[in-house]
Amino acid sequence: MSGASVIAIPERILVVGASAAGLACVEALRRQGYTGRITVVGDEVHPPYDRPPLSKQILSGVWPPERSTLRSREVLAGLDAELVLGDAAVDLDVPGRAVRTTSGATHTAQVIIVATGARARSLPGSDGLERVHRLRTLDHALALRTDLLAAQRVVVVGEGVLGSEITATATQLGLHTTMTGPLTAPMALQVGPMVSALLAERHRAHGVNLRLGIGVAALEGENGRVRSVRLLDGQELAADVVVEAVGAVPNTDWLQDSGLPLENGLVCDSRCRAAEGIYAVGDVARFRHEQLGRLVRLENRTNATEQATAVARVVLGHDEPYLPVPYFWSDQFDVKIQVYGMIAADAEAEVVEGSVSAGRFVVRYHIDGRVAGVLGWNMPKQARLRRQEIVDALNQSPTRSRSEEVSR
Amino acid sequence: MKVVIDEEKCVAAGQCVAAAVDVFDQRDEDGVVVLLNATPPAELEDDVRQAAAVCPALAITIVD
Repeated sequence: MSGASVIAIPERILVVGASAAGLACVEALRRQGYTGRITVVGDEVHPPYDRPPLSKQILSGVWPPERSTLRSREVLAGLDAELVLGDAAVDLDVPGRAVRTTSGATHTAQVIIVATGARARSLPGSDGLERVHRLRTLDHALALRTDLLAAQRVVVVGEGVLGSEITATATQLGLHTTMTGPLTAPMALQVGPMVSALLAERHRAHGVNLRLGIGVAALEGENGRVRSVRLLDGQELAADVVVEAVGAVPNTDWLQDSGLPLENGLVCDSRCRAAEGIYAVGDVARFRHEQLGRLVRLENRTNATEQATAVARVVLGHDEPYLPVPYFWSDQFDVKIQVYGMIAADAEAEVVEGSVSAGRFVVRYHIDGRVAGVLGWNMPKQARLRRQEIVDALNQSPTRSRSEEVSR
Repeated sequence: MKVVIDEEKCVAAGQCVAAAVDVFDQRDEDGVVVLLNATPPAELEDDVRQAAAVCPALAITIVD
């Protein structure tokens, strides 16, 4: 027989990674009726937890740490999956479909789903200095919170989404907060010049010291503890605590000898398939988006769930491409931002609803006359209602290729 | 099936509305979830389960 629809349902599926994307794979497989064996291997000891609250409710202390847990013990047990925590994958044998872990265990399966996520990038030369933090894991968030509570001055290096959120949270904790980074306004890369200028205003209005548009030369220490951040123009920003929020690196080191295509993530086709029987989901997956006509890697929370759902369908025999409309949200001070689509920094921005002066509006972004994205500023529902405009634009022929392809 | 929402957890993503428009809506003023039907009919149960699964804030609970 021929035809892609004849796919044997695997007896055993291994998910490598026990965070949002890995958990979502298990749930999607079960929801879609899969009754075979599932094993999940994760490097962290915590049961699956949610990362978006780390820079907000967990860092601020509004939530106790356990509230970031994604599923209760009972719900996890109900998924009937073997959950192996605190044991990182160290290599993948593609033809043998086997994953070896740090404990020496080997897990084999017919289908392996890679969901190993990404890790926080660090600035060169910052290793070993005390009170220098990154924020990616629950343990990171709790350690940063402890140091912030004992500090007066914090410098956040990084003006992206995470850096902007940490800055807002630290400011609300009462710290004197400085944000620095090479771009001229918070989230300039993610939301473009108009909205990022408004965000800069909000940060300044809350007392944030913005030292943007200039890169960091070095972190300076004294007695093994960070003392300041020196910028490329010689300015020195005094700091009790420094947070590096300078992006994430996909966790593919363990795949180095696998022979799989690794280039800014595990490279996959439009079905999120890296090789026969090997798939990728979440922050680690760089997949071909057929409508955009290029490879895309999405670092956002909703992608973890949506991509897991799509991969579960493919694994269970539905040969369909993954065609997401990227979405992320960010809460900073009194502003709730919702972003749909792919906004390039040079896209034309137009307020289509509400008004900037009223503090509530929707911006539509155009690239080459085509709707590329929609952003809501304290207007979540109204922004969502325009998501369809992006879908309609995507359904036309592929847009021109763009170099920027990592999006939150 | 009974649906329970947690307005305090809701981050106004609106993913639930996209999944099950007959069961969920959002408030005009702040986008927080509005439950239109707490006991959806059987034919909507799959959509509601999908809505709960895609909610990035875990604000939807299903009681069978």
